[in-house]
Amino acid sequence: MDIFLNVLSWICLLAGGFLGITGAVGLFRFPDFFTRLHAASVTDTLSTFLIIIGLMLQANSLMMIIKLLLVLLIIAYTSPTSAHSLAKSALHSGLKPFLKDKENQNS
Amino acid sequence: MKQLLSLTVILAVFWLVNSGHYTPLLLGLGAISIGLILYLSRRMEHVDGEVEPSIVMSIHLPFYLFWLLVEIIKSNLDVVTRVWKGEAAISPTVFKVKASQKSDVCRVLYANSITMTPGTITLDIDGDTFEVHALSEEGKEGVLTGEMDKRVSKLER
Repeated sequence: MDIFLNVLSWICLLAGGFLGITGAVGLFRFPDFFTRLHAASVTDTLSTFLIIIGLMLQANSLMMIIKLLLVLLIIAYTSPTSAHSLAKSALHSGLKPFLKDKENQNS
Repeated sequence: MKQLLSLTVILAVFWLVNSGHYTPLLLGLGAISIGLILYLSRRMEHVDGEVEPSIVMSIHLPFYLFWLLVEIIKSNLDVVTRVWKGEAAISPTVFKVKASQKSDVCRVLYANSITMTPGTITLDIDGDTFEVHALSEEGKEGVLTGEMDKRVSKLER
């Protein structure tokens, strides 16, 4: 049972780590601010979920699991809010999104 | 009054769970902080006039959250493949979508759900019209089918 939990936990942690790296790679590869936000949201959502689930499987007390759940909840509430406020303030301060079909017009 | 009481209970549970120490000093500090928060939130309500607690109460909510989780996983995988394929795989678009929710809370829930699924971000909200930025045409079509909109509207009943 212990081995099973350990393996499951490590699968979650490694998958979460891989997604986190993917988000970072996306930050460098994507062309403009708005598309980079999409890459960052991978790190905000599934990557964080998987890492926290992996840590929950390693936890040895109920208190720790509840605290990790709280962390998950707070991230789930704050990350879309901050992403939206970043995008909105970028748009309002005049940053034009890079669009594929109007590439020539924007550059 | 009822709202004040529920806020007190929530804050007390939050403090007890996070502290884990049950000595008189720490419990006393907890009581003082709860009092301070209650005072501040009352003052804030005087300012912004929001009296009702902004919580979506519906038996459909757990089902919605589960559906949203599945959507988040699906769109995560989509964005991950696009990241590794590189710039050729993306076609960013901006479009407008109508939200059919009546209450502010549900509208916020819908806007946040769009932002939370990778590949789509709510840029701006003007009344019941959302301006959405999508990473790809598929993401745009996914929002325009209106399935998420319908599911959030269901929570209002």
